[in-house]
Amino acid sequence: MANMRDIRRRIKSVASTQKITKAMKMVSAAKLRKTQSTLVAIRPYSDKIQEVMDHLLAGGEKYDTPFLQPRDEVKNILYIVIAGDRGLCGGYNINLLRFAEEQLKAVPEGKKGEMLLIGNKTYEHFRTRPQFNVMDVFTNIGDAPNVSQGKALSDYVIKKYLDGEVDEVHVVYSRFVSVLTQVPDCQQVLPIQQIEKAEAEADGNGMQAETDYIFEPGGKEILDVILPKYVDSSIYRLLLEAKAGEHGARMTAMDSATDNASELIDKLTLSLNRARQAQITTEITEIVGGAAALE
Amino acid sequence: MAEDVIRLDIVTPAGLLMSENVAAVNLPASKGSMGVLKNHAPLMTTLDIGIVKYNQANTDRYLTVSGGFAEIKDNTVIVLAEAAERAEEINVARAQASKARAEERLHDHSSRKDLDMLRCELSLHRAINRIKASKLK
Repeated sequence: MANMRDIRRRIKSVASTQKITKAMKMVSAAKLRKTQSTLVAIRPYSDKIQEVMDHLLAGGEKYDTPFLQPRDEVKNILYIVIAGDRGLCGGYNINLLRFAEEQLKAVPEGKKGEMLLIGNKTYEHFRTRPQFNVMDVFTNIGDAPNVSQGKALSDYVIKKYLDGEVDEVHVVYSRFVSVLTQVPDCQQVLPIQQIEKAEAEADGNGMQAETDYIFEPGGKEILDVILPKYVDSSIYRLLLEAKAGEHGARMTAMDSATDNASELIDKLTLSLNRARQAQITTEITEIVGGAAALE
Repeated sequence: MAEDVIRLDIVTPAGLLMSENVAAVNLPASKGSMGVLKNHAPLMTTLDIGIVKYNQANTDRYLTVSGGFAEIKDNTVIVLAEAAERAEEINVARAQASKARAEERLHDHSSRKDLDMLRCELSLHRAINRIKASKLK
């Protein structure tokens, strides 16, 4: 049986760790709430852009813009990998990084996959893995990315894309399913994909019937303004979602750490009590033994 | 006396800046300033950096937009802008500072070639616009 002083010391140390994990959990919960409210705030903006875009594209007219037109020959693919700046968030970072590696390994022969890394953890991971091409690193995004950070990122990406340095841009991020679950996911942001084209068309025709818009200066010019904004807002949204996931993951991890600490403290207290009891028993036996010896 | 029948929504990535009923709106459309009264035809237009003026309860109010896009439909005006600010909320000192910064950058661009001239000009444009709007309130 361990000695009582050691057990007391361990209990104290576990209790102070528990305090830290509890505090971290609460901080993450607050940050998660903040990130989620930013996500909610951006929704009307991105929804409206989506609506206008669908409307313009459903009109049947063909607009020739690099944002929508897939390149004839896709040579360079850019992956924006978004993970956290810090650890202590369960499997959040490692799951995402593993997923990112898989994505890059899946790039077909003859094409080149490059990465734009967001967050210190991605950088630390890929720095020691030279087989993966890293184009650039954006760190210090912080815990609550703001609009201008998102804008700076998407400006950078759009420039690379329009200059022809990359032909496709994907974002590898953690989709926020719930506070407990984040799933690594990959989404294409450039060229803009028209997945819901059929639906949009159906909706669009309905809209067309109601309203016949005047376009000023013209549909093409409006698209030229709207499409970069669409990319901005999708990248910013994904960034926020990844961050929300990070806070959620950290919250869950810290919550279970706090629980584990309580469990450990309970166990240690039990053995402390046992040790104390054993000591008392020993003392009594000694006294009784001593008394018996005197008789 | 015009009634406040047009709904004006200003939407930015940071959230809905305003959603109120107004009597008239003046937008800085890219083809020139454009007035919107009730029962305007449905229209979509791009916006320049400029000042949105609206009349509410017979008073003119102003806000700045940093370019964007507007949709007019069924007496609703929706303005999508990357950034928008009410004239009375503009931090003049900050706007002055960013104007001075942009001017300085434009002035000695020869020393730093890596600077994006267009961006400096846009930033100057926005700063001037904010200062102008803050005087209008």
